[in-house]
Amino acid sequence: MAELKLPVSEETVRKLKVGDFVELTGRMITGRDAAHTWLMKEYREDVAPFMKDSVIYHCGPVVSANDDGSYDFVAAGPTTSIREEPYQADVIGRYGLRGVIGKGGMGAKTLAGLAEHGAVYLHAVGGAAQVLARAIPRVERVFMLEEFGVPEALWVIEVDRFPVMVTMDSHGGSLHDQVEEHSQAKLRELLGFSV
Amino acid sequence: MGATGTNTETFVELIRRASTELPADVAEALEEGRKGEEDGGLAGIALNTILENVKLARDISAPICQDTGTPVVWIHHPVGVSTRALKTEFETAVREATKRKFLRPNAVNTLTGSNTGDGAGRGIPFVHFEEWDEPRIEVRMILKGGGSENVGTQYKLPDTKLGAGRDLEGVRRAVLDAVFQGQGKGCAPGVLGVCVGGDRVSAFEHSKRQLLRPLKDTNPVPELAELEDRLLREGNELGIGPMGFGGKTTLLGVKIGVLDRLPACYFVTVTYMCWADRKAGVSIDERGEVTWLS
Repeated sequence: MAELKLPVSEETVRKLKVGDFVELTGRMITGRDAAHTWLMKEYREDVAPFMKDSVIYHCGPVVSANDDGSYDFVAAGPTTSIREEPYQADVIGRYGLRGVIGKGGMGAKTLAGLAEHGAVYLHAVGGAAQVLARAIPRVERVFMLEEFGVPEALWVIEVDRFPVMVTMDSHGGSLHDQVEEHSQAKLRELLGFSV
Repeated sequence: MGATGTNTETFVELIRRASTELPADVAEALEEGRKGEEDGGLAGIALNTILENVKLARDISAPICQDTGTPVVWIHHPVGVSTRALKTEFETAVREATKRKFLRPNAVNTLTGSNTGDGAGRGIPFVHFEEWDEPRIEVRMILKGGGSENVGTQYKLPDTKLGAGRDLEGVRRAVLDAVFQGQGKGCAPGVLGVCVGGDRVSAFEHSKRQLLRPLKDTNPVPELAELEDRLLREGNELGIGPMGFGGKTTLLGVKIGVLDRLPACYFVTVTYMCWADRKAGVSIDERGEVTWLS
């Protein structure tokens, strides 16, 4: 497995291919439904430096607030990414993201955006909230907590060997397309339709 | 049964167990799936991570998945018990469990988009009551995650495109299509709760109720038992695999229930439960003694 340090260059990201297993170390940000519409409504100067050459993690964590004002992630697996399909490619381009972490894969618009801007889709194991929370040793700060609530806020986090699979790369490759095509052929066979 | 106001702590513990301790039958099915996948492949890596996560969550008593879902609850109670009081106790337990981080604040005001902050909301938790002849209260609960809930679906037969008529072969075709459409998006490998018949109100509830059944049980209706086995086998043959990475383990179980229907309607309703198939049960006898159910 390869270790990938964040922030990461376009050159490095373009070397990643579908099927690669990588571990991320460095700083990234969480953002899901409310965050994506908010990021596109106008350019968010204060958040932008935390996104440039880093990745956005589709995650709505369980968070504990400590007495000293700091936070810890208690449970932090990925949420379904396809809901961000209308916005993702534009968010990548506008903020210079090098990757997206989520689950379930994304569609054609995002795949084209990954190729255009030099970014990858990284699949974390859905539901593995404890394994993944353990790879998030520190919460640096949070944006829009009051407005969006805990799951939807944008959390700036430090990750240490955070495990992900490359399932969509910057060369048009998508494991999700491959699996869908293969399973469709099998479905047609099981239903007795001509393949 | 426990007097009014005394069950809240029991319900908090029920929620803690459901959220942090994956039932043994589900863990065993995941282990079996792991054995069938290649070492070092993405499917194998995913199942290893899942099994490690299951152990870790249990060891530190923390949520298996951060989407702690909707608590969907079925309560059987003796004559004379106030269901209103029980519902209030359960809602209080949800708020307390949220405070203790066994649940995520998971209720969002649909009109304003703001989170209620305490885990409870209109329709959350969802509690069903049924009176029975026994002197004890039995509570059974699932925590139903949202990602997999989005994968759930309902077919009305006949369906020309699928070649699905109003019979069990039609049901088979609809369910296989549902598995294909879902791909890995519901956090495969999943468990299907299926209801054949009913209407658009009753059928989804009945499909969820199927998820309370142990994975290894046998449907008492022979033709449904046969269909469950066949759909489990054929669903896995689709090759979608854990997380949709490709692989042999797409489903952990298929459970089918039946409701009667109107002459005009023939619904096939599929609830998709993620691999984090969280379910728990408790029995509270007339003296307030608590017995945990597997």
